[in-house]
Amino acid sequence: MGILEVKGVNKRFGGLQALGDVNLSVAENTVHAIIGPNGAGKSTLLNVLVGKLIPDSGSVMFDGQSVLGRKPHEINQMGISRVFQTPEIFADLSVMENVMIPCFARRDGAFRMHAIGSVRNEGDIIGQAEAILADVNMLAKRDMLASALSRGDKRRLEMAMCLVQEPKLLLLDEPTAGMARADTNNTIDLLKEIKEKRNITMCIIEHDMHVVFSLAERITVLAQGTPLVEETPENIKGHPKVREAYLGEAQV
Amino acid sequence: MLGLNSRDFKLLMIVIFMTLAAPILLNPFPVDSALGESFNAGYPALMQRFVIFGLLAVGFNILFGLTGYLSFGHAAFLGVGSYAAVWMFKLLSYNIVPAMLASVIVAALFAVVIGYVCLRRSGIYFSILTLAFAQMSYALAYSVLSPITNGETGLQVYSDDPQVLMRAGDPIVPHLFGLEMNSSVTWNVGGWQFVFQNGYYLSAICMIIGFYISIRIFRSPFGLMLRAIKSNQTRMSYTGMNTKPYMLAAFVISGMYAGVAGGLMSAMDPLTGAERMFWTASGEIVVMAILGGVGTLIGPVLGAGIIKYLENIISKINSDILHNWFAFMPDWMDNLLVNILYPFVGKGWHLTLGVLFMVVVIFLPGGLVQGGQKLGALFSRKSKSSNSDATTAGTANTNTPAE
Repeated sequence: MGILEVKGVNKRFGGLQALGDVNLSVAENTVHAIIGPNGAGKSTLLNVLVGKLIPDSGSVMFDGQSVLGRKPHEINQMGISRVFQTPEIFADLSVMENVMIPCFARRDGAFRMHAIGSVRNEGDIIGQAEAILADVNMLAKRDMLASALSRGDKRRLEMAMCLVQEPKLLLLDEPTAGMARADTNNTIDLLKEIKEKRNITMCIIEHDMHVVFSLAERITVLAQGTPLVEETPENIKGHPKVREAYLGEAQV
Repeated sequence: MLGLNSRDFKLLMIVIFMTLAAPILLNPFPVDSALGESFNAGYPALMQRFVIFGLLAVGFNILFGLTGYLSFGHAAFLGVGSYAAVWMFKLLSYNIVPAMLASVIVAALFAVVIGYVCLRRSGIYFSILTLAFAQMSYALAYSVLSPITNGETGLQVYSDDPQVLMRAGDPIVPHLFGLEMNSSVTWNVGGWQFVFQNGYYLSAICMIIGFYISIRIFRSPFGLMLRAIKSNQTRMSYTGMNTKPYMLAAFVISGMYAGVAGGLMSAMDPLTGAERMFWTASGEIVVMAILGGVGTLIGPVLGAGIIKYLENIISKINSDILHNWFAFMPDWMDNLLVNILYPFVGKGWHLTLGVLFMVVVIFLPGGLVQGGQKLGALFSRKSKSSNSDATTAGTANTNTPAE
């Protein structure tokens, strides 16, 4: 029984079957990659997991509870954090404020009217935020405006914002999309470090096979909305079905 | 001090000093001089407008400045607050305490309903929804709800109103436990005349309290959440924050400020009409905030003060006064200048406001506060000349959405 159990999920957009009978089980404390060619339904699946889309049928259980019909903030409060393809950060706020907000979310829940005390007096929140910034080597940039960060740093900041919530499951949507090779390698190192230090469950959606094979312990291949195979990286590499999905019909 | 950091405390002290000393500061010229007639602004009716509109703009800034949601119907809360206060005068007595309480409560309830509906949309759609609500309120107050609002005559207190708490000998003007709002002390020094009015000081104290609360909100976790909503709503909800109640709370607080402002207007003059809710009144609040500097603490107060000053001073100027100013010039030059300036004064003061607004929005998108900061930076650079300020590039103004 995995921490995330997807069973028989279907999603149609008009005439397009975006997801057809998807079953997926992500075991606790593993890095699980979902790969597949363009249009395979990877992003649709991710959006179902975070509550942005509601599937037509099927069930999604996280940690023993259904996530279907819950709003994104409720799903986040259950313990699922998401890293976006292009980093979603608070560009107009300082780096420090960016990581303080998830600390508040963790401590105070989805809403708390906290209008008179000063942010400066929130010692425990400041402590947590500083600790996570130190962890991702960004403490020196704490007072910088987030919009002034480099792309790589924005990614680190977004990771830090997710990690400080200590999520049970971290979803990563193409974390290296559009990155130069050096940045990609940095991100891989960062994720490996996170994995070793925090023993977190991660679910990665990725195009870049280099990233997938450096990180993943299990891989699910999705094609045309349906999972083809679920295997370890070693067994995926030469798998005929995977080749077929990516390269078309096998040549004789 | 008072839970503020030293910069905010200094700012608060400046505001307190300026408002309390306004009757003196705004009357720099002897009362009978030509300059005094044109430019003195230290008379109670005008000063009341400075602080009441200042309070309104401070409240508006909590919504627009922090969350970026542009309400184009804020005058509705002002109007509702005014009506509530006058009704308290009619039903209970001229004491302003129940009147002010009623203004805040009624405006808050009104804001909960309007906010709940309008906050389902964001951006331009939110603005249009608030505008629609305010115009509906205006139209209702003007016609259908005449039994409550007294239609176009305006709501006022009549001698046959119940006024159940009224005892013999009570003042028959709005008062605070006997302290009449329209009574004042006049201080004559040489040619100068300074008027200290109860009503002005009550409004000023309300404005100072409102300003102080707004500083606390800006620096609080709640204020941080509102700024985060302005910055990125998607990230906010994927961080486990429910943005709806935060927005609604900001909207209601902002509406309550407008309610207090409306209540104060009625306390200064117990007569109110539907035109207080008209969309131009809402637009004026937006202009004040933008002119002064949206999202800054002092900006809206500054904007409100400047607009009300210009409105009163410039609209008083007529062609005779202009001719007086230029009397020392040859006739042809005098006439030319008067002809050029005439459209900008008197009834044309909106033209001046429009030009000023355009100049500010184009050259100082951060409002007059940004202008002040630029000037300040210019001077400090001159004084420190050799100090390199490379470190400030790209550095956030640590935790401060400016002052």
